[in-house]
Formats: sequence, C-alpha cells, structure tokens
Amino acid sequence: MKRREFFRKSMGAGVAAGAALTFGSIDNLFGRAPLPYSPADLVAVKGGSPGQMFDLGIEALGGIEKFVKPNQTVVVKPNIGWDRSPEQGANTNPLLVKRIVEHCIKAGAKKVLVFDHTCDVWTKTYKNSGIEKAVKDAGGKIVPGNTAGYYHAVNIPKGVKLTSARVHELILESDVFINVPVLKHHSSSRLTASMKNLMGIVWDRRFWHRNDLQQCIADFATYERKPDLNVIDAYNVMMRNGPQGVSVSDVVNMKTQILTTDMVAADAAAAKFFGSNPSDVPHIRKANEMGVGEMDLEKLSIKRIMI
Amino acid sequence: MKYTSLKKLRIVISLLFFVLITLVFIDYRNILPEKFARGVLYLQFIPSLIKFINVLSISVVGFIVVLILTLLFGRVYCSSICPLGVFMDIVSFISRKLKKKKRFRYKEPHNLLRYFLLTVTIIFFVSGSIYFILLLDPYSNFGRIITYFAEPVVILVNNDVAGLLENLNVYTIFPVEVRTMRFELWIYPVLFLILVTWMSFIDGRLFCNTICPVGTLLGLLSRFSLFKIRFDEENCTLCGHCTRVCKSDCLDFKTQMVDYSRCVECFNCLPVCPSDAIKYTHKKTGDHNTGDTMIKVNSLQTDYDKNKRKLIALLLSVLAGGTLSSFGQNTDEEYKDSTVPEEKEFPVSPPGSLSIRNFTHNCTACALCVSACPSNVLLPSFKEYGLTGMMQPHMDYHAGYCNYECIRCSEVCPTGAILPVPEEEKKRIQTGIAKFVKDNCIVHTEKTDCGACSEHCPTKAVKMVPYEGDLLTPYEGDLLIPEVTDDICVGCGACEFACPTTPYKAIYIDGNLIHEIAKEPEEKELEKPVGEEEFPF
Repeated sequence: MKRREFFRKSMGAGVAAGAALTFGSIDNLFGRAPLPYSPADLVAVKGGSPGQMFDLGIEALGGIEKFVKPNQTVVVKPNIGWDRSPEQGANTNPLLVKRIVEHCIKAGAKKVLVFDHTCDVWTKTYKNSGIEKAVKDAGGKIVPGNTAGYYHAVNIPKGVKLTSARVHELILESDVFINVPVLKHHSSSRLTASMKNLMGIVWDRRFWHRNDLQQCIADFATYERKPDLNVIDAYNVMMRNGPQGVSVSDVVNMKTQILTTDMVAADAAAAKFFGSNPSDVPHIRKANEMGVGEMDLEKLSIKRIMI
Repeated sequence: MKYTSLKKLRIVISLLFFVLITLVFIDYRNILPEKFARGVLYLQFIPSLIKFINVLSISVVGFIVVLILTLLFGRVYCSSICPLGVFMDIVSFISRKLKKKKRFRYKEPHNLLRYFLLTVTIIFFVSGSIYFILLLDPYSNFGRIITYFAEPVVILVNNDVAGLLENLNVYTIFPVEVRTMRFELWIYPVLFLILVTWMSFIDGRLFCNTICPVGTLLGLLSRFSLFKIRFDEENCTLCGHCTRVCKSDCLDFKTQMVDYSRCVECFNCLPVCPSDAIKYTHKKTGDHNTGDTMIKVNSLQTDYDKNKRKLIALLLSVLAGGTLSSFGQNTDEEYKDSTVPEEKEFPVSPPGSLSIRNFTHNCTACALCVSACPSNVLLPSFKEYGLTGMMQPHMDYHAGYCNYECIRCSEVCPTGAILPVPEEEKKRIQTGIAKFVKDNCIVHTEKTDCGACSEHCPTKAVKMVPYEGDLLTPYEGDLLIPEVTDDICVGCGACEFACPTTPYKAIYIDGNLIHEIAKEPEEKELEKPVGEEEFPF
C-alpha cells in the first residue's frame, strides 16, 4: 500500500512537473496577471435562471475569455458534498455548473474537469446532485476526489493554525481554477460560500475541525493558488439546518448569483443574505484581517443586474 | 458416450452459478442491480430457508425448489448450485492435473461426524441459535471467502489500474477504499478456507459428505430421488473406471453399489464406463441390483446403529453446553455485558434488521451486505454481538456512516436478517441514538468552533446551540456546541464518524436493542429573508 502510494505520488509529481515545464507555467503567467481595466470588483445578478444569470454576470466581469484562454485546462469546483437532490439546495445547482463548463469549452479550454471531495458517498452525491450528468452533457469531465492518492502536500506559509495541507492534484495542475460554491447556512462555520467551499479541495478536514475551524478556513484562503473566479450559486439558498438541510422548507428561491475574483468580497456579500454583517462570520473577519480580500462592501465597485 | 453432454451441462451450469455468485460478492462498485443478486442467490438453500421461516412468504421458496430438485434428480444442488461445492471441484480438478495418476476409490462414509454435525446444527437452530449454521453453511462460507479475500485483491488490482489511468486523465476506473478489519475476524475464514481447500485437494467432495450440514441433509433425501446413478450388472465388466473418477468416493464397482447419500450427481462416472453398465435413470435396472443397494443401505443402517451410542453420548455433552449457550444468547441481557470503546451499551445493527435479536438470529454472516455497503460502514463484528455473533456485520461508525438515502444492504440480504425497507421508511428507522460527551468535545476543550457532527447529521437531531462558558476566549460568547434531540435521531452514525476527537469520540451512537421509528424533524415556516426581492447590499 505504501509502496503503491509512493509510486503513484512520484508519477503524479512527475507528470505535474512535466506539464508545468511544457506549457503550464507560461500560460499561467499571462492567464493570472491582473488586467489593467476591471469592469467591476463584484457582479451580483438576480431574477433569472442559473444559466441565464451566469451569462450576464460573466459578461459584466469582462467575459469568460478574460479567465479562460484557448488550450488551457480548467478545473471547476462546485459543492457536491451531500447525497441530496438539486431542489434541496445542499449542492451547487447543476444548471449553473453545466453553463460554466459550456462557457469554458466555448472559450477554447482544452479540458474542463469537475470534482469535489464529498462528505457522503461520492458516487451517490455526484449522481443525485445532477452534477455528473450536467458536466457530461456540457462536454466536461467529472473526476473523483475521494482517494488520498489524489492529494499532494502543499505549504501555507501565511497560515496561523493551518500551515500545510494536502490539495487535490487537479487544483495544482490546472491552468484555471473556478470556484463554484452554493450559498448555505452552516452549522459549523455559520455560512458556507467561497472560502468554506475550498475545504472540498483538501484531504484531511478533521484537522481543521480539531484546530480552530474558523482560523483554518481563513488560513487556507491565504494559500497562493486561489480561485481565478468565484461564482456563488444563491439560486436556492438553504437558510437554516445547513449544510445538508432537512427538507425543502429550509430553502428559499433567492435566484441570485455573485461573481468575483475576491473570495472575501464574495462571502461578505453572501453574508448579507442571512442578515449578517460580514464581520459576524469569524472566518470572513479573519480572512479580511489577513489580507486575503476586502469584506467592506462600501469599498468595492459592485455591479448589480436585475433581470 | 451419450452421457458426455450431461456431464458438460453439469459443468456449464455449475460454472455459471459460481461465476455469477462470485460477481455478486465482488461487485464493489454496485454496478449489478439488486434484483440480479436476489435472482442469482434465489436457490441458495440456507438463506432461502431462513428467510422463509422469517417472513413466511411464498416468494422465498428457493429451498423448496432445491428439495424438489433433490427428490427428482439427487443432490444436483451440491454439484451445481452450491458455490462452495463448485470451488471444491475446481481445487480437486487442479489437484488431479498436478498429479496425473490420482484416483478416487470407494471409502466408507464418516457417518458419526456428519450426522453429529447435522444434529447439532438443527438442535441449535431449533433452539434459536444460528451459530452452527453460521459456521458451517457452505453458501455463507463462500460469501465470506470472496468478501474477505477475493474482493480486496480485485480492489487492489483496480486501484493499480486506476493509478495508471489517472496519469492519463482517465477516471472511468477509480480507486476504491479497501475495507480494514481486525485480524481476529480473519481467523475463522482462513482456517475454513484451508480446511476446504485441503479436503478437496486430497479427496474431492469429502467436505460435503462429512462436515457440510446441507450436504448431509440433502443426502438423507437423495436416497429417495427419482433419477439416480444405477448399475446395469449384466453389462458391467468390473473395470473400475467409474470408481476412479467418483469424487464423492461413494461408488463401489466391486459390489456395484452407489451410496446415494453421498452422490452429488456430478455424472463423472457415466461417460467413463466403456461398457454402458452405468446409467442415470429413473428405471430400476434389475432386481439383483436393487437388492444389493438395499443391502448396502441396511449395512449403513448397522453402521449407524453401532455408532448410535457414541453419537448420543457426544450429543448430550454438547447439548448441555449448547443449550446453556443458546439460552445465554436468547436473553437480551447478554449484550449489556459487552464492553466496547466509547462505552456503548449495545452495538448497532443495520436498518431493516428490526432488532439486534432478530438480526443475530437470522444472519449467517455471508458478508454480502458488507460487500454491498457503499459507505463501508457495515463491517463484520468481533465481540459486539457476543462471541457467537462473531462475523455478523454491525455498523462500525469509526469506519464510515450509513448514507441517509441508501437501502442497499436491505435489498441484497438473502436471509431476511435485514428486511427490505422502502427508502422513505428507512429514513425514519432509529437504529440507535447519539450520545454527546461534552468533556471530549472540541468546542468545550479548545474553545473553538467545530460542529462536524451537526454538519453531517441528516435530520439535525444534532444541532448547534449557544455555548455558555467561552466568554473569556477570543470568540467571546460566539461559539456553538452540539445538542442531541433523541427522538429525531436515526442512529446513522454520521456524527460519530465526523467527530474529529481522538482516541475517543465526543459523540457516539448507542445501539437500540429494538429499532424504533424516529419522529419527523419539525418543519417551521421560514421568516422572509432580506435578500429575496432585492439585493441586501
């Protein structure tokens, strides 16, 4: 077992290094460089279907081409944590995931890969969330995320409690990383959106729970490989009993979407839907203090689109 | 050689059953529909018998079909339908390939042992203990052999292939977790596998005619079966070809006698007869022959009488102990004595098993549910149900938790130890109740947020409430701590599995002796949220 793991790890690392050498690094440099002109820091869309809202939202952010260049590899990370149906709002809306994959492919992406380190049995959550089918229909590839071998150790130098973690290889290898959380109430972290969704790209989550969960969420948000784009799905929002919900009575059809490159700003805006101040949510406050992003919505240029 | 095709048919049917049953047990990705498993296992004698007694339904009459088949054609069950029997044929085949000159010869049956084991098994079963069936049933043992030994090997190969494909970005074959079990659980299956392999390696179907209670039982019946292997004395040249290939050692060419209690209808003897002196037919082939067989049966009877006294003595001694132990098992108190980590009073039996008692009385530990469980939470127990329950599966919440929407184990269980439950009903079955240990909890000891238990709880029986006592910490009275609402807890163990404390969990499930129905979680109207109509920022 150990020998096998070592074998796979070294092969994985080799391929990753090879990929980085051949085409990754140069593309990455251009792909992630900030553009001189940014239409808005944060775009909020309301009143349409998940796909429709993404069409308008991404256009307002400068178009998908700003994020995905031809021939790049894209990894999309929705929340597929629970074995629940789409209307229960426990997972990212499959229609949104589908539309994002379609946009990426249209922009010329070589590959669009989708995964989550699920909580419930992953084969069931992938299927019953509707996301597996949505990704396949859109021409993307759904990838498993529930085996330790896929995760490789990285350092988080700015972390207070969490100074290293094992991160899924697709995050480490892909050129573009799109974070697509669903907005939910959360019994542990108060709410879950962009930053909390990143718990699904690491292996040992128990460590976070043991060692000051709120601090660990903020710590991991300082990790250098941040999402290139965050799209918060607030179409069906679970207002209580999160993160799984007990029934559809926990869900409000909010028909909203938030798009931004700044995780802290995204989550700060999301907190408002729960009637909370961003600073009431400890991990948003901490991430703001650590300089991950801006939680003061007054300081941001926000574009609001009402359909 | 007109019987060649009959033997070939037997081989084809037996390999078919063997392969299909093995596939059912090895299906680690749950690709095969549950109906397939049910269909393939329909004729397995012991599971069908137990389920019949358990549910009294005419939809489970597989064992009656087997009894009828036996009365018509002899022990075809043993030769073709029993997967362990086919396994032994394969071992025996290999053994003869290795030693070309290996020949079978007629041997006397081990009557004392086989009738003793059958009697003990029946007495235990009638007095409410499935223990000897669990130990000796060929189907259940085969299931364990596949689940314990073969499936992990297949999974390891799968994982190696997946590892290679992963580097090519192909994910259709993906790694699967290998179950980990404590080593004591391997002892019996390993010993059994060695015994069966050794017995079949040296002497064909010796196990089936000496130890297997199903074989012995069907052997009592097959004396009266319509179709039999019969000698035609007039044609017989006493060449002995038939005896040499008889893997049950039950055919004596010198006296032209077949011990029908041991013949498994493998038909090996038929095509090798050069003089057409041996037939598989319902017609008696002559007075003399019948008489001979009768004589032989009588002599078996004498053997039996000779052994009777010994047998009774043996039985009595075992009975005393057996009855005592089965009394012990029948009372519910025994489980209270079990000491397991986290001070659980009772283990958790899977949803659909109604009660621990019903489960332990009907489960033959074939491990099909273990193999089918997608969460790997159903694992063979060690001491959880007491020593006689060893290998009967229990919910091991350190290994996983019961998926809220999943009913796979109840769909595949062939004995009815886990009865089929509709998905909606299963969600309310309370197999146990969560117990919270505040002094272990991160929120209390570390004064930080955790809530992993509540997060994983599908009914919010574990909910987070304000924690008093953290005013002097950085979180200043802002922390939440779990609280359990017993009557909506279903005992799925998600909280226990998710709890990050070590070595003892701060929340664990204590099993219900008798499963209860949990209340529906309350549904309150939601307050109108701020952001429904317009942007809240």
